[in-house]
Amino acid sequence: MSKRLLNLLLPAATGVLFIAVWYAVRFSLSEDLQFLLPSPNEILGAFRTNGADLAHAALNTAEGALLGFVCAITISSLLALALSVSSLVRVSLYPYLMMLQMIPVIIFAPILILWVGPGLKSVVVITFLICFFPLVVNTTQGLVSTDRNLVELFRMYRATRLQEIFLLRAPAALPYFFTGLRIAATLAPIGALVGDYTAGSSAGDGGGLGFQAIIYSSQAKYPALFATAAVTCVLGFVFVAVVMGLSWLALHQWHDSYERSDN
Amino acid sequence: MAVTPLVDLHDLTKRYGDGPVVLDRINLAAAPGDFISLIGPSGCGKSTLLRLIAGLSPLTGGTLRIDGRTPVEAAAELAFVFQEPTLLPWLTAAQNVGVPLKLRDAPAAQRLATCARVLELVRLGDRAHAHPRQLSGGQKMRVSIARALSLSPKLLLLDEPFGALDEMTREHLNEELLAIREAQAWTAFFVTHSVAEAVFLSSRILVMSANPGRVHTEIAVPFAYPRTAATRLSREYHDLVTEVSRLLRSVETAAA
Repeated sequence: MSKRLLNLLLPAATGVLFIAVWYAVRFSLSEDLQFLLPSPNEILGAFRTNGADLAHAALNTAEGALLGFVCAITISSLLALALSVSSLVRVSLYPYLMMLQMIPVIIFAPILILWVGPGLKSVVVITFLICFFPLVVNTTQGLVSTDRNLVELFRMYRATRLQEIFLLRAPAALPYFFTGLRIAATLAPIGALVGDYTAGSSAGDGGGLGFQAIIYSSQAKYPALFATAAVTCVLGFVFVAVVMGLSWLALHQWHDSYERSDN
Repeated sequence: MAVTPLVDLHDLTKRYGDGPVVLDRINLAAAPGDFISLIGPSGCGKSTLLRLIAGLSPLTGGTLRIDGRTPVEAAAELAFVFQEPTLLPWLTAAQNVGVPLKLRDAPAAQRLATCARVLELVRLGDRAHAHPRQLSGGQKMRVSIARALSLSPKLLLLDEPFGALDEMTREHLNEELLAIREAQAWTAFFVTHSVAEAVFLSSRILVMSANPGRVHTEIAVPFAYPRTAATRLSREYHDLVTEVSRLLRSVETAAA
């Protein structure tokens, strides 16, 4: 059997097994407890009855996640450049960057709502806060970890500071940047969901998946809650898949992490 | 000597901070066309000397003139080949060769033409679009040499460029380097640990001693260029290799 086929069949088999165990557990529960674990077909049913709401909420969350993610990428890249240029800047700013990461969203959310209002803006800010740290740390690390010999080569050929940054340090930092990006991509949808849960709003745009989750849990619609979780997972997969694709495009020709084993 | 020296060192001294003297009053004049090998025990400062000539590190004392100028002023005339190939892994062989020209804002057309020409010179014309990880160790080193040649330097500084390669590859590259030298009139400083390599390549060999680094003995290599693989088979070649080896050993035991 080809390796490729096996790579498809094995996860599929695991999935089937998982669903079988799920049904087994569900039907071993006594009748009055079965609501705790809706069966997969009940969840599919919830998709049918709540499909429109879920799709709308998913789009809102995706929008917040994407905007926050893009803001985090842009600002972290600029900041990483500044941090990499001078160790003085690095030393002065680092503790506060750490602090930014330590901010508990739950406590910050009410303040944020006062500042920028509930809804998309708050969701974007919270997503940004959650994605920002791994991006800035990894990119900065990449920019200062350039092979010393290559830096010397550039100095030898009297490269300007800008040439050194854009022709050498930035491309050399790409693998680090993508490591940060992969972490941030898994965090972005979760960040948007948490943001929506704590600072989302039904006002105007109808809220996102976090807001939807509050509604379903207050109405004890457990299959719909599971469906919401599944949609969030899919959103996360989409983010990660796009980042993996970009990473492949940027690195596969030269970076060792994409070295084929039969090569 | 009637010719004005291309490289002129007078009482050149180097120490790092308050550390020991690394190079102690080195005097040396290299005429255009000289191929000078620096050989000696580790710690004799041969690589440091090369870095001083390249302007990668400042002198502590004495003077150093390249074509009558300081290394920084003469930067356009010299090229350095490092121990490692130091290629940018995200660029192809041709793009790597083009880096120095790109840093000087040379027009793209000139860059392409030069890259093609020097890659042909190191016999890698057909690998122009390969990335470094697709090249063998010897091929990477060839790209590195092509990159150095892309600027048509007057002075080529090579810091143990073939040290990491196997014997066969090293001998081939030695022959190629001399073949390229026939076509291009550069002067070379070549740091090596291999006596055979030094004798094969050089017109002059400087045997250095350590603590502090000094020029112990200079040996003129009498064999006429062009030298080929056949040169290695001659009696005179073997005698000279033996002599230099003996000299090097005496320097090393004196240091120990």
